[in-house]
Amino acid sequence: MARLIRTEKEVEGRYTEQWIVVEEDVLEQWPAGPRGIVGRAARRVDGHERARGQATYTADISLPGMLHAAVLRSPHARARVKKIDLTKARETPWVRGAIGPDDCHVLEREPSFQGAPVAAVAAQSAERAREALDMIEVEWEVLEPLLDPDEAVRRESFTDEPRLYARGDVERGQAEADVVVEGEYRTQTVLHNALETHQSVCRWEGDTLEVYTSTQYIWGIRDEVAETLGLPPDKVRVVCHFMGGGFGAKNSPGDYTFIAIALAGQTGAAVRCALTRREENLASGNRNSTIQRLVAGARSDGTLTALSGEYINAIGWDGFSGPTYGPMEMLYDCENVRTQTFGAKLNTPPNAAFRAPGFVEGTFGLECVLDELAAKLDLDPLELRRRNYADHDLVEGRPFSSKNLLDCYRLAEPHWARRKEVRARSDDVWKRGVGLASQVWYGGGGPPSYAWIRVGSDGRATVVTAMQDIGTGTRTAMAQIAAEELGVPLNQVRVELGDSARGPFASISAGSSTTPSMGPAVRAAAADAKRQLIEIAAQRYHLEERVLEIKDGQVISADGGSWPLEEVTGLLEDAQILGKGARGPNPTGMRVLTFGIQVAEVAVDVETGEVRVERIAAIHDVGRIINPLGAKSQVEGGIIQGLGHTLSEERLLDPQSGGTLTQTLDAYKLPTIADVPEIISEFVDKPDEHLTNLGSKGLGEPPIIPTAAAIANAIRDATGADIHSLPITREEMLRALRAAEERRREPERVGAPPA
Amino acid sequence: MVELRVNGHAYELDAPVGRTLAEALRLDLGLTGTKVACGEGHCGACTVQLDGVPVLSCITLLHTVGGREVTTIEGLAEHPLVDAFVRADALQCGFCTPGQIVSAAALVESTPQPTSEEVRHAMSGNLCRCGAYPRIEEAVVAWRG
Repeated sequence: MARLIRTEKEVEGRYTEQWIVVEEDVLEQWPAGPRGIVGRAARRVDGHERARGQATYTADISLPGMLHAAVLRSPHARARVKKIDLTKARETPWVRGAIGPDDCHVLEREPSFQGAPVAAVAAQSAERAREALDMIEVEWEVLEPLLDPDEAVRRESFTDEPRLYARGDVERGQAEADVVVEGEYRTQTVLHNALETHQSVCRWEGDTLEVYTSTQYIWGIRDEVAETLGLPPDKVRVVCHFMGGGFGAKNSPGDYTFIAIALAGQTGAAVRCALTRREENLASGNRNSTIQRLVAGARSDGTLTALSGEYINAIGWDGFSGPTYGPMEMLYDCENVRTQTFGAKLNTPPNAAFRAPGFVEGTFGLECVLDELAAKLDLDPLELRRRNYADHDLVEGRPFSSKNLLDCYRLAEPHWARRKEVRARSDDVWKRGVGLASQVWYGGGGPPSYAWIRVGSDGRATVVTAMQDIGTGTRTAMAQIAAEELGVPLNQVRVELGDSARGPFASISAGSSTTPSMGPAVRAAAADAKRQLIEIAAQRYHLEERVLEIKDGQVISADGGSWPLEEVTGLLEDAQILGKGARGPNPTGMRVLTFGIQVAEVAVDVETGEVRVERIAAIHDVGRIINPLGAKSQVEGGIIQGLGHTLSEERLLDPQSGGTLTQTLDAYKLPTIADVPEIISEFVDKPDEHLTNLGSKGLGEPPIIPTAAAIANAIRDATGADIHSLPITREEMLRALRAAEERRREPERVGAPPA
Repeated sequence: MVELRVNGHAYELDAPVGRTLAEALRLDLGLTGTKVACGEGHCGACTVQLDGVPVLSCITLLHTVGGREVTTIEGLAEHPLVDAFVRADALQCGFCTPGQIVSAAALVESTPQPTSEEVRHAMSGNLCRCGAYPRIEEAVVAWRG
């Protein structure tokens, strides 16, 4: 039965309280461990389609008469458009449409970051459209940009109200500490760089606006476009069958969608607006840089007595101030915690969610400061973390729905125990060491989310739901869940998704929420279809429903009878069984979180500052694993993105003009296959008994969270140098080595006799 | 006009100044398996083979390939590497995958039993933002199944 409840909804650590309609989750969880299909490695159901280049991405959509847009973006970080004249552009023969700040709300008269959209044209080809941008005459008044985050805080230029959190008494906690460590940590701005750039193709089909777009959230696009244009939501159809990566940056429509819509309105044609790679690196979002001023205090036995952090998120002109404070508040059992967080509003490109926003940055600071504390206390870093294990959630004062971080620590021990042998492989130039870092994150998903299942007369099933598979393998996971519950082989299940007009509401693919939100709905739909199939079978074979089951595509009875499922479904002729399912509520009064630990092994060339990561072992606790093969890929992918964040990636701005210097993929250094270390991934794989009919949590984000800190801590183990800033370029590494060397000499100088 | 062969078929294509091979494949021939992700030769997504040698089609001008044989992912649909990639889960979003397979196909043609090191060297020009690299390495090393 549907129930109306007032509940918290969480995406990427942001909670909102709202009314939602939920349905009861009546299914019992499956017992722990691999089943016939769920919990066993499955190859991607759309793998061949993608590998053969047959999958149609938004980039491949070509509609009859389609025009191509190009966008004039502000070359200045802060400016005023004194005059703009589109006449010449409009008169250019191959130009079909041109729009300026008066024609579309995303086009700006006072651009406040380099790359802000100001005008756009549509032409027969992207090349022609780009040429026509030169025909737009703009008179700029260039203004002084605000670029320094500390200065923004002084001037109270904020994107959000400053956030203050406190529990206990931090001053008292520091006074009680035997050792106090203070440090300033900095993380850089990094760019998502999904290989399919942000893009949309829009056209009017009768009174319906069709939006083909590369998105993580079909329904969010539908709602925002409809609301902006004043249309009924169902007059906007959003389609995304395959998408080429998002990592958090494709949760909203973006300027390109509204530009394509405006130009489609003006020209009466379908219009594609696709960002170039350079625009992608300029104006499609980023993980903002942070400044973290941290203090940690502990007693000599390692008990944390105080944690405090001042966090400055350098947001840019717009965006959201992410939970950089989250790990400090949530990871450890510390009574006295205070965090203060500022979202600095600057004349730089807006941020966007990027795989565990805030937690990647905050974990770097917290887990590095913890290891510095361990060094001063002469305590084993893993032991320090064990001693401060939180057995309940200290922020909300709630029990965890499940937490198996101690199991993760136990599984990490063999990897951690390698450090003696790893260090022994050091020589005069290459120093080797091992470091670890722990992780906490959300990832419980939530209602509402719906799925349907259609079973045809051939016994094949189709899952229908308007979700999206952004490359994480959700099509495959949903097919596994449906096949498991229905009792049919995996290859008998298809998953149809990606179209808001052809399936029920499905959740966003962000916040590690797709599997925990959608999986239970798909299982419920499959159970509903199975119930109906058994009803028919019972009548057909004159047996009671309770003695019938479906397994491996066979209807079987308790007394040993067995009939092919097609014999039952064949009775339907061209009709179909329709099962429907909904995601039930989250457990009330509990915190649903994910946990993990990573152990990194590094080699540092102390002469050149080169850092090589040689091995990373990752152990994560995300409830039941649906597809161990896909899960392994998620972990590896997260770690590799984390590796780029740690060692090579950095968006560089011109400090005077605020212009982005790293707009191309030769300047912005993504990891390549040659940079990848040995990666070992392990899972606790225990279903969360309080969470849904599956007990599964999300895995998209956890693996990127602890990587940077684990590597930095391994560098300290290898060299004694404290890393306080990302990325760890050779310059940063050499600076840290020099600082460590000076620290070592300091006591000598103090004690030395005067010369 | 330029005459060339693509996946064994002969074509005659209009080659205006600046037309790239990637544009011709995707827009004129509808062979959208070849992806363009950066458009300036940095990422490898647009990789095709020109007489068996991997090239970046987004920075290869169409008029320079007259008389040549082009092999795209569509021409490699039945190559054992496709199965090898799916088996090893060597793809996530899949946008870079056609380019990866085209590069790998050229590698295994000249080096039928590539070592991990050879794979890492030959494939380092094909970026994968999802980070499927360990699986790609596994797929190419074990491409024959």
